[in-house]
Parts: sequence; structure tokens; C-alpha cells
Amino acid sequence: MPTAELLTTSQLLELSAPLTLDGGQSLEGAAIAYETCGTLNPDKSNAILICHALTGDQYVASPHPITGKPGWWARMVGSGKPIDTDRFFVICANVLGSCMGSTGPASLAADGKPYGMRFPVITIRDMVRGHVALLDALGIVQLHAVVGGSMGGMQALSLAANFPDRAAAALVIASTARHSAQNIAFHEVGRQAIMADPKWQGGDYYASGKSPDAGLAVARMAAHITYLSEEGMHEKFGRRLQDRSAKTFGFDADFQVESYLRHQGLSFTDRFDANSYLYITRAMDYFDLAEECLGNDGGGRLADAFAKTTARVCLVSFDTDWLYPTTESRGIAHALNAAGAPVSFVELSAPFGHDSFLLDVPVLDRVVGGFLSQ
Amino acid sequence: MSGLRPDLAVIAASVAPGARVLDVGCGDGALMAALRDGKQADARGMELDPHNVAVCVARGLSVIQGYADVDLSFYPDASFDYAILSQTLQTTKRPDLVLDELLRIGRRAFVSFPNFAHWRVRLSLLWGGQMPVTRLLPVAWYETPNIHHVTIDDFRTLLVARGVKVEEAWFLTGDQRIRPAAANFRAEHAVFLLSR
Repeated sequence: MPTAELLTTSQLLELSAPLTLDGGQSLEGAAIAYETCGTLNPDKSNAILICHALTGDQYVASPHPITGKPGWWARMVGSGKPIDTDRFFVICANVLGSCMGSTGPASLAADGKPYGMRFPVITIRDMVRGHVALLDALGIVQLHAVVGGSMGGMQALSLAANFPDRAAAALVIASTARHSAQNIAFHEVGRQAIMADPKWQGGDYYASGKSPDAGLAVARMAAHITYLSEEGMHEKFGRRLQDRSAKTFGFDADFQVESYLRHQGLSFTDRFDANSYLYITRAMDYFDLAEECLGNDGGGRLADAFAKTTARVCLVSFDTDWLYPTTESRGIAHALNAAGAPVSFVELSAPFGHDSFLLDVPVLDRVVGGFLSQ
Repeated sequence: MSGLRPDLAVIAASVAPGARVLDVGCGDGALMAALRDGKQADARGMELDPHNVAVCVARGLSVIQGYADVDLSFYPDASFDYAILSQTLQTTKRPDLVLDELLRIGRRAFVSFPNFAHWRVRLSLLWGGQMPVTRLLPVAWYETPNIHHVTIDDFRTLLVARGVKVEEAWFLTGDQRIRPAAANFRAEHAVFLLSR
């Protein structure tokens, strides 16, 4: 059934003040690309900020300008949908360090050349500082809610902990309060694949016309495995062969799963910058909310990070997500509970692994819609 | 607060206005919603079934999916005015430890449970020689979640052993409140308000 195309507005905000970053540097002239949808009410109380994941972007509900695919959360955001644009003013901003319009390593530095590896290493909280600057520019004092899955959930948590006045509610899906050793390990495989590609050229590849697509594709392939469940992969591919009746005794993509991953890797390079991948995965690896809020000597008690949080918080995990498993969300719920914040937590059953938050899980729609309607 | 299960109606009527309440095994949140709307209580819940949690969240309630046997330990001491355990005690692995946790987290605790010494249960065992299937215990022995059946007298014995004080007790048959005389024989279920 064809649905009416959602009216969205894409805009670019050039920050007038420099952004002070966790790494100690300051980013001058940063820009934030964002999309909005719905109408901001007169007292500016109906705004929902959606934070995107590692390779996501601001095109949450409108077609992607490069791939032409529907918005990455079009099933969740729209008229009459769980995040209802008839009622809410939905904002989605491309994170700092990314490559879809917000300032990142592919952007031009003051000398007119791309930053490349001269771009400062950023953190999740730095991304959130960019979001808060955007809210300031839009005159939004307090969000109705901040919502995010995966890395978007980290931003939602960071906003609720570091800027407790800025959101009345936070919805955190399939996320974590800190990256585990396993999370960091998978990211390091991806980064090394990019940096091992001779076309990476120390990150200074923009002028050469050659970019490290092979390395970036391998990084995406490794990461993609972590987004699926073993059971889901088995059901989707099993040991089935790709367009052939027998093994070739060679190294072509004999198996469907190989062919699928190669396609995922290659198509990713059409829409993503390799250096952005390095910077954003680094930001995720550095993420440890307790450490971020309390410093290295804070004893790491996550509950203390939420000492000033008054927002209603809802945490959702999926039983087949082994990237950010239920124990992570449950631990955050316990910490918020200990801090006295009104928190809900639920583990939902879905077969799609970490990617479940993006896919057809009707019970998730009910939780999201119900939580945000309050 | 009409439409609440009888034991919940007793609890809802007895909670002080504006109290902080933890409902352990809160189901679909009926009691929490009644306490929020009728008593302006700050109600929090814990519930095992994810579908029930989803229903609660959609009602605007703050509910954590968890097990009474495991997840109560994460709550700070005396963080609630009341901890409520309605029709859940008999489903826990260690009711005695759960009781301790309730009175650690809540300054007071409501506990309600079906009385296994009710005369119908006794008759069923005495004459039928089989585990009873009654209105309050509708599930056969092999699939019931009730793994620790308890009588009112058993519960009182546990309270004495643990040094727990009974502030008030209600005994019910159907939705009728009955006098405490011979409650262990006559009451289908019981509600206790406890403190240390």
C-alpha cells in the first residue's frame, strides 16, 4: 500500500561558538546537519530528538539521498506511527564526526583541506554537546523525549546524565552504558582493516581519488556479523550455496552468507567515509558513562552518574542481541533505580539480534508508542 | 478503585496518600495505576512477564522486568514506604529471603497470598486425595507457578521466626472480608501489613 510521503525538512546549523571537546581540543565552525518532521508547538514542549546509530544519519523518516532507501526508522516515525509526527516535532541530527553533512574528518579544516586524521578524536558526550547546541539554536529548553538505539541509546543516556534538564524522558533501546572488551575488539578489527588498506594513506586520501573501500567493506562485514543473531543467520542462510549447485573448490563467494556480507560491505562504501568510521567507532569504544560523568577515580558507580537525572527512562533489550546483551540494559535499570529515577526496563523477544531495534517487532512499537504518549 | 482484585483493593485502600510504593509482581499494573491515580503515589513495579511490562510501560508506569528472587537485591535500603507482594510469595524460590528483602527495601510491606489451609483445599485433599484445583488455585500441580504453598498459620510462624511485626491483617473469602476468628480454616486468602 503506498503511503503519503512524509514532509521532512533538511537543514544545516553552523555553530557560532566553538565546541569544547572531551579530548581537550576545541572545534571551531562546526556544522550540524539535521532533519525535522512534524510541527513544533508554541511552547516548544513536543520535541523528540532521535539519535542515530554508528552508520546511521539524519534521514530517519525520509529517503536516503544516496541509496534512495526509505528512512532508517520510517517504520517507527511518521503520521500515526509510534513516534507520531502528528503530535511530536521530531528532530534527527547527523552526529559530529559523521559524513552526511555534520562536521567530520571529511569536512574542510580552516586551511581549506579535509581534516583527515587532523580531526580531533570525539566522544559520545561530544556528539551530545552538538545536539544540545542544536536544541539551543531551536529554542528548545526541554525535550519531550530523547530516543536512540545502539549508539543512539548511548547518546540518550549521556544526555540524560550530563544534561539532566534537557529531556523529560529518555528511551534507550539495545544499548549499553559502556563498551565491553568484546565490543572494543570487534571495532578494532574494523579499524585495522581500514588502516591496512594502502588506499587509506594515513587518512589523507580525499584528494587522491582513491579511498580505502576494501578496508571499509571488511570493517562493515565484521561489524555486520555482530548485528545478527546466530539463529537468524542460520535461518536466513544456513549452509546454502549462492547461485551454484556445488562447491567450487576456490575462494569465490560459494556460500550465500559470504555473498550477502560482501554485498553489505561493498554497498556500505558508497555511503560512508572510512575516516568517519574510525572516529565514530573510537567514540563508542571510549564510552563509559560512569567514567564520563564521575572521572576515572569515581569508583565507576553508574548510579552516581544519574544522581541529577529526573527524566523518566525506559530501557529495552532483545533476547538475541549479543552485542549489547540484556545484562547491560538491566544493569543500567538497576543503577537508575538506585538513583531514584523513574525507570522501566523490558527484554523483548525477537529473532533478529542487535538489529531487532530497526526491524519489525510489534511489541517494540507498543512500548515506544506507550512510553512516549505519556 | 473498583474493579481491582479483592486483595489489591484492600491494599489500595490502606496505602497512605503520596507514598512511595514498590509493587513486586505487579502484573499489568492495575494496582500501581490505582495508587497513582487514587493516592497520588509514586509507584514503581517489578514484573516477570515481558508482555505485562510492555502493558505497564504503555500505561505510563515505571516497571522493571525482573525476578523477585534475584533483582530485589539491587534496590537500596528503605527506598520505599511500602513494598507490595501480592499473590507472588508462593511463586518465589525462597519466600523467606524475599520477605527479608521486602522489609529491607520498604519501611512496611504488604503481602497477600492464597491460604492453602482453606477448608475447600483441606476437603479436596482429605476426600479427593489430590492436590486441589480451586478458584484461587486454578492450575494443576504440574504446571502451577505456585511452588511454595503456604497457610496463614505457616506464614505467621515465619513472621515470628523472622521477628516481623504484623501491623494489620485482612482475611478474605471471595471479595468478602471475614472476621479473623479461625481464619486459617475459613479464609481463601490473606493480606498482611508488616514491619520490622
